[in-house]
Amino acid sequence: MTETISLNHGGGGKQTHELIKNLFLKEFGMTEPLTDSAILESKGSNIVFTTDSYVVDPLFFPGGNIGKLSVCGTVNDLSVSGAKPLYIAASFIIEEGFPLNDLQRIVESMAEEALNAGVKIVTGDTKVVGKGKCDGLFITTSGTGILDNNLEYISTGKRIKPGDKLIINGSLGNHAIAVLGARNNLSFSTPVYSDCASLNHMIGKISDSCKGILFMRDLTRGGLGTVLNELSEMTGKGIYIDESYIPVDEPVKGVCEILGFDPLFLANEGKILIAGEQGKETKILDLLKKDPLGKNSAIIGEVTDERVKKVIMNTVSGGRRIIDMPSGVQLPRIC
Amino acid sequence: MSMKYIDEYRDRDLIIKLADLIAESAENDYAFMEVCGGHTAAIHRFGIPALLPDNIKLISGPGCPVCVTGTDYIDMAIACSQMGDVILATFGDLIRVPGSEATLEKMSEAGADVRIVFSGMEALDIARHNPHKKIVFLAIGFETTAPGTAVTVKQAEKEKIENFYILCAHKVMPPAMEAIVKEGTTINGFICPGHVAAVTGSLIFEFLPEKYNIGCVVTGFEPADIMQSLLMLIQQVNSKKPEVEIQYKRAVTYGGNRSAQLYMNEVFGYCDAYWRGFGIIKESGLTLNNDYKSFDAENFIPPTTKNYEEDKRCICPQILRGIKEPGDCPLFAKLCIPENPIGACMVSPEGACNTWFKYRVNL
Repeated sequence: MTETISLNHGGGGKQTHELIKNLFLKEFGMTEPLTDSAILESKGSNIVFTTDSYVVDPLFFPGGNIGKLSVCGTVNDLSVSGAKPLYIAASFIIEEGFPLNDLQRIVESMAEEALNAGVKIVTGDTKVVGKGKCDGLFITTSGTGILDNNLEYISTGKRIKPGDKLIINGSLGNHAIAVLGARNNLSFSTPVYSDCASLNHMIGKISDSCKGILFMRDLTRGGLGTVLNELSEMTGKGIYIDESYIPVDEPVKGVCEILGFDPLFLANEGKILIAGEQGKETKILDLLKKDPLGKNSAIIGEVTDERVKKVIMNTVSGGRRIIDMPSGVQLPRIC
Repeated sequence: MSMKYIDEYRDRDLIIKLADLIAESAENDYAFMEVCGGHTAAIHRFGIPALLPDNIKLISGPGCPVCVTGTDYIDMAIACSQMGDVILATFGDLIRVPGSEATLEKMSEAGADVRIVFSGMEALDIARHNPHKKIVFLAIGFETTAPGTAVTVKQAEKEKIENFYILCAHKVMPPAMEAIVKEGTTINGFICPGHVAAVTGSLIFEFLPEKYNIGCVVTGFEPADIMQSLLMLIQQVNSKKPEVEIQYKRAVTYGGNRSAQLYMNEVFGYCDAYWRGFGIIKESGLTLNNDYKSFDAENFIPPTTKNYEEDKRCICPQILRGIKEPGDCPLFAKLCIPENPIGACMVSPEGACNTWFKYRVNL
């Protein structure tokens, strides 16, 4: 049988990385490390450039919709590179027969979110394809921003040393569970809302008043578990985390227990991992907690020079295990 | 923050205390088998091996329904998916299990209508909405999922839904446990499946201490449950008084769930069944009773050659019987990985190889 693209290639884990490495990087002549935005050199400050496609199903979910998501996602990709996001381009692939009212609502949320994040949507494109040729609506956004040319180290984490601390800005998994709930009409006793949000203002506040940020990445598809593995791979260092410090909201925990998901690998749309210089972690944590988007922030672990390129977790019950790069998509258990 | 009735069973102080007691009581070498894949997954997810002394060995048994499903069953499901007017409804784990030539996942990518469901009732709902198609639910699982299938079949009968079928590979646990013991695998005690026992009652394990002098503790799925059960098993071995004890008292009784048993007995009868790694085990499978035969998808699936062959290099059979560990396999983590499983134990998140790969392989 000839090779085809499988859903696993879009899971954010191993197969996604292999596809990027073996096809795109190779053919486009690009090199690793893979960061969230490209840094384009220029005098004084650098231009940062990124792009992302949005195919979420359903298009509307508690806490957001594909439009809001497409702005937040690109704003966050720029912001975690240490940059100030400025301009966004938006392309729409729309299926014939798509309700105009829905498109109106989606575009309105994009405008609202752009205003909120302080970015301008400056260019775009629209294509319509025949019925059945795409699923409702797909959006691609690209964004640019500027980066102080002495902050390049943030996206690669190259200044990270053993002892540096790992911080996240709140509970994990809400986005994935909100979308899953909307897709399957699951009713939760406590509603779960997507954490979808632009984080540039929060990040800006910390980096303005504290120089201890050594690395940032958003915890989108693939979740915290994937990002920790990427970080340990990129830096060649080991990582220790403690499960009991990782915040997960009760309803999300409950759904994970029932369906067999691991919150560590669930997608977020308003969460980032920060590596903070040893000694400055409390300052960073305090600053994060002052922002509504970071009020549940927590220090979850640290970088170590033992266990090269491995992520180890002390489990909530006192045991210990490896956190590996996820493979495929998380499947529900059956007994 | 606490999740009611869950966090209590994950309490670090309590578990460390149990670990100390286990270390004090473990005066010999012990090999305990966890039969249920849910236990295998929990043991490694919570990192329990790191809490145990070296003289306690945990062996994973045949209790992941996906892992013991034979190649022939997948081939039948694939043949069924190619019939044109069929929608296959399956639990997610099954789609990657290798058949003789392909997987359901590959068939789905090539255009077959394969849908993932969380229950038989969801499959029945697909049948209601697609009256011109045949909906075939891949009914696998032990005594835990079989009552659900039975209720679904009864419901289909009641509503006269005539386009709903099941391809039945339900299995029951005790004959497989007996097969392992008879093969001579050294087992000092069984961590018995709590969810199976919630349906059947703990009485189904009584033959193990009676006939074979092996202790059993019916166990829950949280780390404190598992640690407490290990301690109970050690004490049984030390006192040389094997018996069936229930640790998972909040869900399990001696007699079990009577109403679930009635449904099962009405819809299913026993049959010989093929288990990957074991071959045919007598009276270990469930098949639709005569009154419900019209729901059997085997009535219309074109015959496939009964192929039980698996990759010769794969040691899943020995792993499922507790003779070898995933690390002993030449394919493990090299050619056989979760995204390209060669043996079924690598497929399901509750399979021994998948669990080892995810949580432990590099520790």
